[in-house]
Amino acid sequence: MQKMPQWADVVLIPLISLLLAALLSALVILAIGENPWAALKLMVDGSMGSTYAWGYTLYYATNFIFTGLAVAIAIHARLFNIGGEGQAMLGGLGVALIALYIPWPHWTLALLGGAVGAALFGAAWALIPAWLQAKRGSHIVITTIMFNFIAAALLNYLLIGALKPSGSMEPATGRFPEATHLPTFQDMFSTAETALFRGAPVNVSFFVALIACVAVWALIWRTRLGYEIRAFGQSESAAKYAGISPTRIIVVTMLISGGLAGMMAINNVMGEAERLVLNAVEGAGFIGIAVALMGRSHPFGVLLAALLFGFLYQGGAELALWTSIPRELIVVIQALVILFTGALDNMVRMPLEAMFLRLRPAPKPARKTEPAE
Amino acid sequence: MTDQTPAIELKDISKAFGPVQANKDISIRVMPGTIHGIIGENGAGKSTLMSILYGFYRADSGEVFINGKRTEIPDSQAAIRAGIGMVFQHFKLVQNFTVLENVVLGAEDGRLLRPSLAKARRELKALAEEYELNIDPDARIEDIGVGMQQRVEILKALYRQADILILDEPTGVLTPAEADHLFRILRGLRDQGKTIILITHKLREIMESTDTVSVMRRGEMTATVKTAETSPPELAELMVGRKVLLQVEKPPATPGKTILEVEDLTVVDSKGVERLRGIGLEIRAGEILGVAGVAGNGQSELLEVLGGYRKAKGRIRLNGKEIDLSGSKSNAGTRRKRGIAHVPEDRHHEGLILDFAAWENVAFGYHDKPEFNKGIFMDNAAIKADAAAKMERFDVRPPNPNLAAKNFSGGNQQKIVVAREIERNPDLLLIGQPTRGVDIGAIEFIHEQIVALRDAGKAVLLVSVELDEIMSLSDRIAVMFDGQIMGERLPSETDERELGLLMAGITDTDKPHSEAEIEANLAKKRASAAKEA
Repeated sequence: MQKMPQWADVVLIPLISLLLAALLSALVILAIGENPWAALKLMVDGSMGSTYAWGYTLYYATNFIFTGLAVAIAIHARLFNIGGEGQAMLGGLGVALIALYIPWPHWTLALLGGAVGAALFGAAWALIPAWLQAKRGSHIVITTIMFNFIAAALLNYLLIGALKPSGSMEPATGRFPEATHLPTFQDMFSTAETALFRGAPVNVSFFVALIACVAVWALIWRTRLGYEIRAFGQSESAAKYAGISPTRIIVVTMLISGGLAGMMAINNVMGEAERLVLNAVEGAGFIGIAVALMGRSHPFGVLLAALLFGFLYQGGAELALWTSIPRELIVVIQALVILFTGALDNMVRMPLEAMFLRLRPAPKPARKTEPAE
Repeated sequence: MTDQTPAIELKDISKAFGPVQANKDISIRVMPGTIHGIIGENGAGKSTLMSILYGFYRADSGEVFINGKRTEIPDSQAAIRAGIGMVFQHFKLVQNFTVLENVVLGAEDGRLLRPSLAKARRELKALAEEYELNIDPDARIEDIGVGMQQRVEILKALYRQADILILDEPTGVLTPAEADHLFRILRGLRDQGKTIILITHKLREIMESTDTVSVMRRGEMTATVKTAETSPPELAELMVGRKVLLQVEKPPATPGKTILEVEDLTVVDSKGVERLRGIGLEIRAGEILGVAGVAGNGQSELLEVLGGYRKAKGRIRLNGKEIDLSGSKSNAGTRRKRGIAHVPEDRHHEGLILDFAAWENVAFGYHDKPEFNKGIFMDNAAIKADAAAKMERFDVRPPNPNLAAKNFSGGNQQKIVVAREIERNPDLLLIGQPTRGVDIGAIEFIHEQIVALRDAGKAVLLVSVELDEIMSLSDRIAVMFDGQIMGERLPSETDERELGLLMAGITDTDKPHSEAEIEANLAKKRASAAKEA
């Protein structure tokens, strides 16, 4: 029996959670002597007030869509992949190798090649934890988080060594060739008279992210593999009974998950930086966890949550720039949103469920009893 | 009825969980010094009613009178103070404590344990003499059989001075001999003036042991009658609300060629314990082989091996062709392709994905069939149509394929699983506990389907802990004990007593055996199992 209508589950609960987070954030801002209303206005203006602002919000959102989808699909198989950070780093490495060492004739092909390279490297980085989980029972939460550190160390090593152009003082690769530069929104949407998205990093990979949302949705709810992933996630014993191999599901799901996380690199490495720098992922792998939780592991929920976090990221940056609110406090605000939407879900859900139960028409016997005898 | 004060009187008890009315205006009078049965199907509200009496739930309305005095029972402590003791279906005992320690647990007299234990030992001795509840107070729970453990639960209640004992489905885990012993104990308690409420869904137990019986259906009390003045068909009708066939109607079997041959099947679990020790059996076309036994004697492992999701050593041939038992291709999917369908013992953890819609569950295990797939996508429209048709044929209620499996009643969930497996027209059907947690109406239907499959010339392996079910459905009966088949019997040439002895691991069934002997045998097996683990 449904405890409450679906719209309440997908719309009302996140909305109330957000309001609570916003309220608490307002109190925090008030406590350090700033005006919360002004701060909110600044955040909204700075992230949505112009095409430039949107350009940044959507750029961040693109990153979060990829890492959010990565976590979401793993959750469907009841696997908690918190290694998105490391998988995205390796995705960056894949993109860099493909952009630097293959002469691409056109950006479209380069984008395709970059996406494949990013996905392959990200997937490969998820393969080892997946294998260890499936075959040895090593918990994937532990192994994936450890692989984040290994990934960081590996990139560090490569960026001060093999991949650093000789003579450079910076731990970064050389610039990618011109043919691999992706068109930004500015390139795509500006006309001769009006320059839109000027200088903003959002680029064509945003559309790749949207396609990824649709693809993941179709994979989960329309394909046999998705059916098996969901069945395994709901009940491993039932999956075995149905002839679904747990090893196969764990490995395949983690490959897809790692691949999605890796694909973030076409946005931040190929689209924005156009070279691979140290710490290019900037925590987007971890934000992906919050995005997936808030988006209820549904691709479209992930899209909305990624946009929200894009807003928080960009708005937060503006706040740090124009007010005396310190950068750390913006992290606090982001953390509050994660806390309320992800961790404290039941705090809102339970009273709401009780309320909907009370609102129901007076209980009549579930099934009409026929007269005795 | 009489001018006596009832030991328990409930007046107009109602309790709703959300929109579900679990109990509705229930009134009942339980006379002191009687065994009062409460019978009803799963979900009829028996357990809710007893939980109200024992203080786990509070009734929305209505009153409780104990010995004529209005009593509030807000929690189980209050119930114990009012002299009510409860023996749960799943025992609440500390496995590595002794009997004595378990009896005292929670009823200690002070901070020091020794005086309490000494006192309990004296009282236990007195109780044991009074009610013939013989038990070694220093035995550890993990070393004694389930029948004994149940006696510890009864002793716990008596030690807390219970005058009214409630037993919830007490025979589910017992062998027939143990069940008989239990009912003798209960009659003894009654003769000493205790009042006993026996909750069960088994008509036979009601007829054999109770003085009065109340029937519940869909949250309401439909009748209270003297047991001597009623009959099983009448009770069944009161429970279900219509006439029910209690006996399976089945023509004699006409076994054909051998479908399944099992030889020397051995399973060692991850702890190194032998779960199956050289099982051998054979099933022919058009035949139902019933596997009887107390739960946990290897029946589950046998089904899992045949179903393809547990590796084993030995030989299995289906239609004369060898089946691989331990290779990488040995899984449930390949078994299905060979024509083995499987209704698992546990539909909640194996047979169904409870959060999936019914239509998704009707394809479960067969989701790779070409008719359910279109290229890389699943053909959801085809699956839904197939599910709707199967649910219609098997009278699943409500016939809504979009409803999640968890929202169906136990009987209808089981019908979904049975429909899925039988409609594949398998050569061999494995079916475990086909009617566990299933209401009488659905039991009748499921039994008919099993017999129909047999009559269509298919082989059926039926595993059940319900001896009645085994006796009425099987064409041959194999009894399992401790991972072995103790013997095979024909239903027409055996009886419950003989099967009960085999279930306890005693093969020379011609000779009379005392209960003590049976218990000793069961305890020996438990001890050896404990040692191996």
